[in-house]
Amino acid sequence: MGGETTAAIGNISCQVETGEFVSFVGPSGCGKTTLLMSIAGLIAPTAGKILVKGRAINGPPPNLVLVFQEFNKSLFAWRSVLGNVLFGLDARGKKLRESEGKAKTLIELVGLKGFESHYPWELSGGMQQRVAIARALAYEPEVLLMDEPFGSLDALTRLELEDTLLRLWEELGTTILFITHDIEEAIYLSDRIWVLSRRPSEIIEELWIDFPRPRHQVTTRAEGRFMEIRNQIYKQISNENTA
Amino acid sequence: MNGSEKFNWTGWLVFGLFLLLWECGSRASPKLQLYIPPVSQIVVALSHLIVSGQVTTHLLTTLRRFLEGYLLAAAIAVTVGVALGYFRFAHSLTEMLIEFLRPMPSVAIIPVAILLLGIGDAMIVAVTVYASTWPILVNTIDGVRHIERTLIDTGRTFGLARRRILWQIVLPAAAPYIVTGLRVSLSIALILVTTAEMIAGSKGLGFFILDEERSLQSSNMYAGIILVAVLGYLLNRLFLALEEKAMKWRRGMVAREAI
Repeated sequence: MGGETTAAIGNISCQVETGEFVSFVGPSGCGKTTLLMSIAGLIAPTAGKILVKGRAINGPPPNLVLVFQEFNKSLFAWRSVLGNVLFGLDARGKKLRESEGKAKTLIELVGLKGFESHYPWELSGGMQQRVAIARALAYEPEVLLMDEPFGSLDALTRLELEDTLLRLWEELGTTILFITHDIEEAIYLSDRIWVLSRRPSEIIEELWIDFPRPRHQVTTRAEGRFMEIRNQIYKQISNENTA
Repeated sequence: MNGSEKFNWTGWLVFGLFLLLWECGSRASPKLQLYIPPVSQIVVALSHLIVSGQVTTHLLTTLRRFLEGYLLAAAIAVTVGVALGYFRFAHSLTEMLIEFLRPMPSVAIIPVAILLLGIGDAMIVAVTVYASTWPILVNTIDGVRHIERTLIDTGRTFGLARRRILWQIVLPAAAPYIVTGLRVSLSIALILVTTAEMIAGSKGLGFFILDEERSLQSSNMYAGIILVAVLGYLLNRLFLALEEKAMKWRRGMVAREAI
């Protein structure tokens, strides 16, 4: 391959509580995706180590699942919506007979009731990502990793999916590790936000977000503190960009 | 090809005129009739052959050889193709060899096959396997190499072992390419079976056609040609029907991409 290699990730140490919703925000190109892919065990660090619960990650851990930004490349085009969600249950080792009811419940939970037999290409982008989320949850992961899952959706669809995700998270209690470059999205969704620096990225700020839940797209975002936090993070990130 | 397509009247009319021209032209010249008998005579010869059961074994022999060669080629080519598509190193090792052998007209291998396997079933099937392997192999390699990285990563994040990623993701994702290869090889396999039978067979439609030509039974020869044509047509229709069923998920997707 040649070319110079740049360290994408520096020394990051963090702890996530069970059932917590945590986001990483950072300037674009700060190595967010690399970080998440490493945690998911999908790329091996060229140097250094990734430790989860003190143990080095060596391949994808069984209790994590990653939801990709490019849902259209991640969904199985040859499987229907139901088939895609069943895949998650099958991968977890569930018997097909018990699975169908559970898959249908999940499809309903993500708001796709009636679309079970549709193929992914028949759905809009937002609906496709809903399928991908349902499939990931069907796997019953302890931790759901999400790599800018709503990054390629239009603004309105994005808000809808944020609310769907929060509803699912509250219902299922899955720990979520979320990556986004959208500061407001991170504030709206998270219990806690880690602001990342430029490459090699490190955590430069940790913020607890304690807006009451369930949150609301209008009232939560209208709170004065919402803007304060947003501006604070924005300043940090833009300093990073110009520094 | 769907039901809403209109019946092609003009196409059939031209076809009918062609047959009529054949019939009249042949009847007008007795000399020509020797080599190109009238269509009506060929039809009569064909029905005689079918009713008497004279061609049944030839037809079945050709069909069996075709199936053996084609299915064996499919199994080999898909397996090797997936492996070569998956492992870049293996592909770069074999690439030149494949690119050298693939464009060679496969009938050129028949003399070699006769030397190695003698004349008979084994030779004919081997030649068919050889020829129909290439399109499937090359397409399978292409299909596997075109799979999105994200798709494989999806399998990995769901904790799938390599073998399951292969079966549940790589094969279905490469299926459209594999099917293209299978479709191309279908006609190639039939060509090779017939040709090899003509060169070194004592049975089969290829042998029958040549044998009747040598016995100056030109009506029977044409009847044999028609049988091969019908066999090819029916196999192709069967393939398309199976493809339609297996690749249902893809039809609408392709239609949408085309817009």
